[in-house]
Amino acid sequence: MKKPARVFSEVVKHLFKKPATCAYPFEPARIMPHFRGRIAFEQDKCIGCQMCVRVCPSKAIEIVLSADQPPAPAPVEGQPAGPAKKKFDCIMKLDHCVFCAQCVETCPKKALIMTQDFELAHVNRKELRRHYK
Amino acid sequence: MSKITIPLGPQHPALKEPENFMLVLEGEQISGATVNLGYNHRGMEKAAEERTYIQDLYLLERVCGICSHSHTTCYITNVEELAKCETPKRALAIRTLVAELERVHSHLLWLGVAGYEMGFETLFMYTWRDREQVLDCLELISGNRVHYSINTIGGVRRDITAEQKAEVLKRIDYLAERTNYYIRLATEEATVLARTQNVGKLPYDVAIERGAIGPTARASGVARDVRKNEPYLTYSELDFKLITADSCDVFGRLVVRALELVESYKIIRQVLNNLPEGPTAVKVPMRIPAGEAVNRYEAPRGEDIHYLKSNGTDKPERVKVRAPTLANLQSVAYMLEGGWLADVPLVIAAIDPCMSCTDRAVVWDPKKGRKQTYGWEDLRKMAIEQYRRRGVDFTRL
Ligand code: SF4
Ligand code: SF4
Repeated sequence: MKKPARVFSEVVKHLFKKPATCAYPFEPARIMPHFRGRIAFEQDKCIGCQMCVRVCPSKAIEIVLSADQPPAPAPVEGQPAGPAKKKFDCIMKLDHCVFCAQCVETCPKKALIMTQDFELAHVNRKELRRHYK
Repeated sequence: MSKITIPLGPQHPALKEPENFMLVLEGEQISGATVNLGYNHRGMEKAAEERTYIQDLYLLERVCGICSHSHTTCYITNVEELAKCETPKRALAIRTLVAELERVHSHLLWLGVAGYEMGFETLFMYTWRDREQVLDCLELISGNRVHYSINTIGGVRRDITAEQKAEVLKRIDYLAERTNYYIRLATEEATVLARTQNVGKLPYDVAIERGAIGPTARASGVARDVRKNEPYLTYSELDFKLITADSCDVFGRLVVRALELVESYKIIRQVLNNLPEGPTAVKVPMRIPAGEAVNRYEAPRGEDIHYLKSNGTDKPERVKVRAPTLANLQSVAYMLEGGWLADVPLVIAAIDPCMSCTDRAVVWDPKKGRKQTYGWEDLRKMAIEQYRRRGVDFTRL
């Protein structure tokens, strides 16, 4: 059964409604609490096991030895000198990352953290290669 | 009247995806159509062989942006089958929930696109606004709007809390009300009827012969739905109807999708209200035992088939994806014939095509050391020959 202009009343009703869109970037975008954004790194937790590097589907992470290593701990009387705890840097290539957060799940020390940071676009590609120290 | 052949695409034929249609026109009427694929080959299947099972999950999710959950679920069912892993009930229920939310978002998207193609942009605006509700549900549950990444080998990555459940149910109630309005609108509004009825006809027997699947087949009266025919996940325990229509045209495809939305809401409510207790994932070793597996899955566009061959390492030996659009393209050529040029975008859009899904085929010579390039005509001849040997005659197609 045909009824012409069936949608007319709905259109009129919408004249008096608030816009459905939000005015981003003039107001903050609405994102959900567990949104997967940029991956952050906590250096003091990382043990350099490279699990995250191996699991990453897009080769976005590199874990490298830091340039300045902490000094070896002072030797304790009667015990062999322990090795120094090594420090690692994380190089995160944001132009490779697909934000799957698999690295966060895999990391045994919880050194990688998922943030809600999504404003990552940049005009300079070099800026997308973040070096976390 | 003299015949002219015009190419439609690969730049934006109806949708923003590359694909070429060669249309033979007699005046404004189409007397023949061929579909040419191959503009979007991404080498995904080969890439999948180079990655571990868990990495492939994120790769195969990107086969398609709309049915990302369909591809991973189908793939992961294969992996879990080979690993002989008992996936927890709760994980299966959450997968079903995301699958149905995905169907809702895909069908609402299609409804909008169909409105746009028929020149009814009000419908496009309204459905896409409402689609945000279901995208929000997906973001709430999984963390992202498009690539949900909810699956992991052995279960799901995120659990559903009571607040999330309430929030999703609230949005589903709103959507159910809106969908009822769209169904009334689509079946009564003169614009919709004039643009869709008797357009892109695909009779029952042609749908069977050309192997149409999903809503395209169901709109031609073919009761074909993997969720019913070969239940996977938790579908065997759920109460829902298999929707078919017998008008065999674009209008039928619209009605089937709109009514399927209602069924999906029903499924979502059932799943959420009866979520089994228990863990959401079990541990699966990195190495998957050698073997082969094939699984089917009812994606929003139709039956999706994944094949997996494992050789006992942590990387698959072969992954093959048969995306739904590939099966439906044969029917498009038929639907276009005899129609009008102006209806072409609508008819193409009516199968809800997804070229990125489909275009992954690669041809190479299986005989080692001998390179040979086959043209389209050679391939066609070879295929017809092979089928004739098996007693099927495709010469007239
Ligand atoms: S989020 Fe995914 S793609 Fe990005 S670094 Fe982690 S594992 Fe790699
Ligand atoms: S970030 Fe975590 S997984 Fe990666 S090397 Fe450090 S400890 Fe290992």
